[in-house]
Order: sequence, then C-alpha cells, then structure tokens
Amino acid sequence: MIPVEWSLALSAVLFTIGVVGVLVRRNALVIFMSIELMLNAANLAFVAFARQQNSLDGQIFVFFVMTVAAAEVAVGLAIIVNVFRLRETVFVDEINLLKG
Amino acid sequence: MNLPMLWIIPALPLAAVALNLLFGDRLGKKGTSFLACGAVGLAFAAAIRAVLTLAARSPEERQMVETAWTWFRVGDFSADVSFLLDPLSAIMVLVVTGVGFLIHIYSIGYMAEDPSFRRFFLYLNLFMFAMLTLVLADNYLLMFVGWEGVGLCSYLLIGFWHEKQSATDAGKKAFIVNRIGDFGFLLGVMFLIAWTGSVNYERVFAAAPHLFVAGGSIITLATILLFVGATGKSAQIPLFVWLPDAMEGPTPVSALIHAATMVTAGVYMVVRSHVLFEMAPATLEVVAVIGAATALMAATIGLVQNDIKRVLAYSTVSQLGYMFFACGVGAFGAGIFHVMTHAFFKALLFLGAGSVIYGMHHEQDMRKMGGLAGKMPITHLTMLLATIAIAGIPPFAGFWSKDEILAKAFATGHYGIFAAGLLGALMTAFYMFRLYVLTFRGKPRFEEHAAHGHADAHGHDAHAAHGAHDDHGHDHGHGGPVKESPWSMTVPLSILAVLSVAGGWVGIGKPFIHGESWMATWLEPVLGHGPHMKHLSAPAEFALMGLSVAVAAFGIFMAFRAYLQQPSIATAVRERFAGVHNALYNKYWVDEFYGAIAVTPIHQGAMRLWRFWDEKVVDGTVNGVGYVLEGVSALLRLFQTGYVGTYALFIAFGVLALFLHFLRS
Repeated sequence: MIPVEWSLALSAVLFTIGVVGVLVRRNALVIFMSIELMLNAANLAFVAFARQQNSLDGQIFVFFVMTVAAAEVAVGLAIIVNVFRLRETVFVDEINLLKG
Repeated sequence: MNLPMLWIIPALPLAAVALNLLFGDRLGKKGTSFLACGAVGLAFAAAIRAVLTLAARSPEERQMVETAWTWFRVGDFSADVSFLLDPLSAIMVLVVTGVGFLIHIYSIGYMAEDPSFRRFFLYLNLFMFAMLTLVLADNYLLMFVGWEGVGLCSYLLIGFWHEKQSATDAGKKAFIVNRIGDFGFLLGVMFLIAWTGSVNYERVFAAAPHLFVAGGSIITLATILLFVGATGKSAQIPLFVWLPDAMEGPTPVSALIHAATMVTAGVYMVVRSHVLFEMAPATLEVVAVIGAATALMAATIGLVQNDIKRVLAYSTVSQLGYMFFACGVGAFGAGIFHVMTHAFFKALLFLGAGSVIYGMHHEQDMRKMGGLAGKMPITHLTMLLATIAIAGIPPFAGFWSKDEILAKAFATGHYGIFAAGLLGALMTAFYMFRLYVLTFRGKPRFEEHAAHGHADAHGHDAHAAHGAHDDHGHDHGHGGPVKESPWSMTVPLSILAVLSVAGGWVGIGKPFIHGESWMATWLEPVLGHGPHMKHLSAPAEFALMGLSVAVAAFGIFMAFRAYLQQPSIATAVRERFAGVHNALYNKYWVDEFYGAIAVTPIHQGAMRLWRFWDEKVVDGTVNGVGYVLEGVSALLRLFQTGYVGTYALFIAFGVLALFLHFLRS
C-alpha cells in the first residue's frame, strides 16, 4: 500500500504548481486552470486522509468540493467571456479598471 | 344650558390662517380679504355673545372657564389649554376683536396695491389668534404661548416689507428686545410654579396669601420678574426702544399691534396678576415710578419728532406709561379703562395717519404736509376728534380715563407721580396738536403731482401722465393729487371716531353720578374694591379735573400759537434751546447708549467667538479629520492596483504567513 505521505507530497506539489501558475501567468484561462489544479490537490489530500483514517468523511467532502468547483467554473468562465467581449483581451495585466 | 363656546373665538382666526395657507392662492384679493375679515368679524360676534351671556349672570358668578384639553401633566403639575372669560378678559376680548375687525377692514383699502396682500392678512389673522389666546388664557403658561405668538407676529409684520433693510432691522430689534422681557416673564412664571405648584390663575391667587409673606422678598422678586416681561411687551423703560422703530411696519399693523392691542398685553398681565402685585408694595412703587418716568420721557421726545408715525409711537409709549403708573398706585381698573379708551383713539390716530400717508403717496414727514383739512375731510374730522380725545378734553374718551388715573395717583398720595402725569398731559396736548396743525392746517408745504382740476375726475389721467416721470422709489403706482381715501378706510375711521368720543362714558363715576362708575362696577368681581383706595371729596375731584383740563387747553393753545399763528416762535425756541432740542430729537441717545454698552460688545464678542471657536476649533476639528483620512487613504490606495495578480500574491503571502504561524505554535 502506498504510504499517505506520498499522496500528500504529490498533493503539495500539485498545489504549489497551482499557486505559482496563478501568480505568474497572464492569461485568465490558464489562471483558471491553475485554480482547478489547487482544488484537486486539496481533493487528493482529502482522499488520502480518508483512506488512512478508514472513514468516508473525506470522500464526501471531495464531492462537495467538486460541485462547488463546477459552479465556480460556470460563473468564472461567464465572467471571462464577458470581459473578453468588452476588452478584447483575457490577459489580467491589461485589466485594472478597479485601480484605487 | 347652551353656553357660548370660548375656544371658538381664537379658533376662528386660526382657521382663517389655515384656509389662507391652503387655498389662499386661489382666492384672489377679494376672497382673501373676505376670509380674513369674516373670521375676525365672526370672532367679534362670538365674543359679544359670550360677554352678553356673562353679563346676564349675577356679578359674583361672572366667570366662565372652559377647558379644551389637558396640555401636559408632569407629576402633580398640569397645564391645561383652557379659557377664562371674566369681566377683565371680557373687556380685552371685545377691544381686541372689535378694534381688530375695524383694522382688518381698513387694511383692505390700505394694502390694496401691495403684492403681498395675502401674506399680510395671513400674519394679521395669526396675530389675532395669538392675542386672543393671550387674553382668554386661564393660566400663565397658555398666556405665555399667546405672549410669544404676538411677539412673533409683531416681528413678522414689522419686517413685512422685508426688501427694506430698515424694516428687517426694526423687526429684529423688536424681537430681540422683547426676548429680554419674555425671559423675565418666563422666570416669573417659573417662580410661581416653584412656589405654588400651579400656573392656573385661580389656584395661584388662592395659594399666594398662604405661601408668601406680604411685602416679602420672594413675592417682590416674582412680581418684579413679571413686570420685566411687561416692560418688554409694553415698551416701558428700559425696554421701550423697539416700539418707535416698529413704525417701519405697515400702518394698520402699527394701529393694531403697536397701539391698540399687543402693547397693552403687559398692562393686562399686571392687572390680571393684581393679587400678587398688591402683596408686593415695593414692586408697585417700581411700577409706578417706571410708568411715570416713561410717560414723561416719551412725551418729551414726542415734542420734536417730525415723522407723523414716530410722534404717535412715542405718544403710545407715553400713554402706556400712564397705564402702568395707574397700576402702580393700585388703580388697576383705571389702567384697564385707559387701555380701552387708548385702543380707540390711538388706533384711530394711527389709521388716520395711515390715511394721510396713503393720500400723500407715502410721505410721512409732517414738515412736508399741511393744509390737508379741505382735501381729506373725513380723515381730518376723525383725526381731530381723536386728537381732542387724547389731549384730555371732556367729554371725549381720553379725558375720563386719564383724569381717573391722575385722580387716583393724587388720592393715594403719589404727588410726585401726579405732577409727572400732569406735565405729561400738558406735553401730550401740545405734541398732538402740533401734529394736527402741521398735518391739516396752515398752507400746504408740498407740491401736488397733478397741477390741474378735481382729483376724482382726473385721477386716472393724472396717474397715466405721472407714471412717466415718477421719482418715488417706493411709490405703489398711484401718483396724482391728494384725495380722500376709499370707503374701506374711512368707515373704520368714522366708527372709531364715535368710540373715541363716547367710549369713555362707561367710566363716568363720582362726582357726576351716585356710586361707582359702570366700568368700576363691572370690573369689581375681578379687582375688588382695591385695598386702600381713598375717595376724594367732590370739590377736590372737580378741582383736579379743572386743573387737567386747563393744562390740556394750555398745551393746545401753545401748539396753535407756535405752529399756526406765529411759526417764528417754534423756530426761536428751537434755536434758543438747541442743546435740549438736539437731545430730544436724538431720543436722548438711548439707542446709541444701548448700542455702546450691549449691542456692540455682544456683536464683537460673537465675532471673536466665530473667528476663534467656529473657524478654528469646530471647523478645524472637522477639516482635521478629513485631512487625516485623506493622507492615510492616499497610502492605502497604493495597494489597490487593480491587477488580479497582485491581489493573488497578497493572498498567497497571507496564507503563507498563517501557515508559518500555525506551524510555530
């Protein structure tokens, strides 16, 4: 059986890739995908712990996260489509209308 | 039993105010005047009905109290909105509604061409409401409501022509000076509440003899405070300065508020509180001395004024002084009697003066009048009757009341005050006939605008021709020759003239008839006999009357001599006593004195406070808060770049910081 640490290490690696992706990429769609990566890294951690603890709680949680992520994708993509229609760009460093 | 409703009397003018406010713009001038005069006329009718019901009762039962509702209740203390009709308030309510009604009708003619016609009647009705509340109230607190209400209306009506700086200044002056008096009055009422626990007249007067030591310091202080209120409202020394300036208001206002009704409120209040005043002999002495001093001082100023309304204003101050020294010597009934006769002849004098001013196209300087007798016959005749009445020639109204006051002063041993009153009577006769002669007799000292023909026939042509070269800044658009005023003005003049002649006959008493006069008998249930009122013997009374008539006649003779037959006398006297004339003409510089000791220091103090406290401290605090917020937010807004990436970075740092924090603990 694969030890839980391995799963957690993979989860941490995936999460870090997601964070870095969010921070360094300009394209909103790629940032979006990076966020999905972070969510799924968290899901992996949940599943790993659930298996170790021999309990279903973590797996149930994963379903919730996936549901929310689906909704979030729908809303987020709608926003990005609209932003593109208005500004003709999806590069976040060209969008700073809310500058104080 | 079908009792007359007292509350309806003040409610009628108030209803007219409400209707005027709501629908006045659709009524037009006719409708407005009908509404305003109708309401006051109905109030007059209601007052007559109520007084007749009162008179039908036996003297001991002549008192009607009607409680509309309880105003408020705090612990044991309660104040009601309730009205009291007794012989004293009956006289006041009849004078106020009767004379008020006539002046309302007069105003239709006088204000006909004023653009603010509706506003004028609005204020006038509001005044009637406040004044009737004042005289009909059955407690000090409700009286104070009316007291403040008439003060407000006085302010509004003095400053009625608010585009004129002098008028608004006069209005403010009247209001502020009155506030000083009102403050005293309010303190006096609080005193009564503190000691008697009530404001109701009946309860206060019933409790007073048990609570206060007669002549003690408490009752003296309380009555002095009440009297301070009276000096403000009734223009006595030291608060008389507002009344002459109040002449800036329209003339019907001067007649109604500043001659016949409001200014007598102080006298009414003192008479109403006579139970208290009689317990404080020291206060009565003060009242008598202040009254006599005011009567004398105002009369001397009146001798040399040239503005027709200012002469009448000082005359009013002087006559109010007579009323107060009547109260001061304990002759409260005589004081009220003079309030009544004075209301008749002084209202008539003011309305007559208004008619003259109207006929002369807003000229008020008597030096530019003269010879109006033939041109304005009705005005002339009625004014002459009123002038005789105020001068104190029998059997006109003023004689009876003034003589009764002087006789009472003499009978109670106030010889100094009696002498002052007599001297005042001499000057009154002189300055009033000076006014009469300068206005109506002699040769005209003005040029008529239209040189030709009869006024009636050519009035309109003259007006049209005149319009082109009109040099009157405030002319209301009717030039042309001097002519008699319209009927709406002359009819009230005529009615008041009858009252000025006959109105004093109700006060004819000893030695002409047996027993007390009708007036004294009527007032007896309220005032009692008066504690120490000695009666003079008939010969002494006749001698006093002869003396006062002789004095008045001498004054009249002098006026005719100096201003009609030999005008050189007046000039010579003026030049001989230039210093005195100067002092009188400048009203003893009282205004300047008050300006120097009170107005300027307060003004400057307020200025300094404004510069320091308002501008530096208050504004500084508010602005300081603003500056700080601006500075801090200028720093904070640097974080809000608008780039999603930056925010994500901040979040990442934040999460990292939290992560490290939990890792360490």
